[in-house]
Amino acid sequence: MTECSESIETVETKYFTFANPPNELALESGEKLGPITLAYETYGKPNKQKSNAVLVLHALSGDAHAAGFHKGDKNPGWWDVMIGPGKGLDTEKYFVICSNVIGGCKGSTGPSSINPKTNKPYALEFPIITIKDMVNAQRHLIDHLGIEKLLTVVGGSMGGMQVLQWMVSYPDKILSAIPVATALKHTPQQIAFDEVGRQAIMADPDWKNGNYYGDLPPAKGLAVARMVGHITYMSDVSMTEKFGRRFTVNKQPLKFGVDFEVEQYLRYRGDNFVKRFDANSYLYITKANDYFNIFNGKNINEIFKGLKAKVLVIAFKSDWLYPAYQSQEIVRACKLAGVDATYCEINSTYGHDAFLLEVEEETLLIKHFLKTVLNGYEGLDKNDA
Amino acid sequence: MTHNSNKLEYGVILEWIPKHSYVLDLGCGDGELLSILIREKQVHAQGIDIDEQAICRCVSRGLSVFQQDIDTGLSEYPDKSFNYTILNQSLQQVKKPDFVLKEAMRVGEKTIVSFPNFCYWDARFKIFFRGKVPVTLSLPYEWYDTPNLHFLSISDFVEFCNKRNIKIENSAFIRKNKTVRIFPNLLGEIGIFLLSMQTKTVK
Repeated sequence: MTECSESIETVETKYFTFANPPNELALESGEKLGPITLAYETYGKPNKQKSNAVLVLHALSGDAHAAGFHKGDKNPGWWDVMIGPGKGLDTEKYFVICSNVIGGCKGSTGPSSINPKTNKPYALEFPIITIKDMVNAQRHLIDHLGIEKLLTVVGGSMGGMQVLQWMVSYPDKILSAIPVATALKHTPQQIAFDEVGRQAIMADPDWKNGNYYGDLPPAKGLAVARMVGHITYMSDVSMTEKFGRRFTVNKQPLKFGVDFEVEQYLRYRGDNFVKRFDANSYLYITKANDYFNIFNGKNINEIFKGLKAKVLVIAFKSDWLYPAYQSQEIVRACKLAGVDATYCEINSTYGHDAFLLEVEEETLLIKHFLKTVLNGYEGLDKNDA
Repeated sequence: MTHNSNKLEYGVILEWIPKHSYVLDLGCGDGELLSILIREKQVHAQGIDIDEQAICRCVSRGLSVFQQDIDTGLSEYPDKSFNYTILNQSLQQVKKPDFVLKEAMRVGEKTIVSFPNFCYWDARFKIFFRGKVPVTLSLPYEWYDTPNLHFLSISDFVEFCNKRNIKIENSAFIRKNKTVRIFPNLLGEIGIFLLSMQTKTVK
């Protein structure tokens, strides 16, 4: 995979506003939301029939900036290893779209946006949103871009839940789907970790029932929430490899200072997160994840009934936040519904983070899977693995 | 699984499977057989293998495959989901061959099984005269690195089928890329069987 180290050049975030009153978006909760702005980026070019569009769906703390560099930035988008010329999602072949979810804080309408009714930030006036609502909003963007049918929808973790929701909500709008390191529903363990994060935010005196805009944000609480998150994204092995029991260089004389490298790392991650993420968005989005249950009263064999799309399910061996058995359940639901599916469990020590880090194998799988989706079965001879 | 008799083995299986059949290959390896079946017979193919690298190679061939341990059964498939299930050189490698074959026969209308014959003359010769576990073309492994957990002969398998009321609809025996017609348990390196469930006991 040496030829695919190139990145997309400078990219810009674009914005699409819809659901203007009185045509607000009806949410799953029964409430209405509008106008809605979605921040999105695109990479590559649509072909004539616009049949090469790929929708990338981000995880909890992700955003529309999936690949390339923003002007003046040193770091590329969050999935730059996968999106670009010659990469897994080859921008020379595919028109790649990534949008920030509603409820987010990176340009899409969320609790930190201005409520047109009050001219103040929504804060907790913002309605409860679900994964289904996020997908419904994305559907508007796809329509706006003039795309009849997506070649694929792909995402890991919460992005994977959105993929599953696309498979259920708009089965005729997708040719294929790639849910990665995800689950048909959140388990008590997943909800529990999210709740610890939310409690950390809400226990911060600066949270003030969500009305902290224009004032100090609940930085400590959000940082702790992120620290808990990061623990769940790694694994025992990956933490041992990365930190061991090593002490920090500047051993502080303070009691309960930053003694261990792992402490330093978590604090750094926590503090950094505060700079780029809104605490209320964290509350809303983790809740959306916890409410996620694609079963919705249905039997497992009915979930994907009638789905024509091809599905590639990917899991990672050391992922204990979204363990492989949950991906196997997705596969089981596909098989029971007679859906054309493929399942691969990648050997990795990275834990849940693997979906962003196990690039080589993921690239190979996604690349060839998409090729098959696009061209149909090619036979033995054109094997360029 | 690469050995000399591959080609003819595939040829036999190809002959037995009609066009456009629904096929599930249990222990599909890198998907070579499924690819040939798709090319030659336009079958609707699915494969299962436990090995991650094998799965990746299958995906690169454009196949739909599942990384799964066939020893855990096929509970997500209803009865007779496929026209053919295939256990090509994999039955002797599973922990519970009896259970795996039962599951294969439940989800397939017919099942094709192939395995290396442990009582092929060369193997017998090596055991008898050299006093060593045989290493042959169809059994190419040393005792310490073999994936084969069970050693069976063609006669063993026929007896097993009779006991289980399994009907042997067809069979073929191969030695060095040639079909063997006489004394298969002695001269056949590989046995291939086409099986179905007996509806009533037939003598």
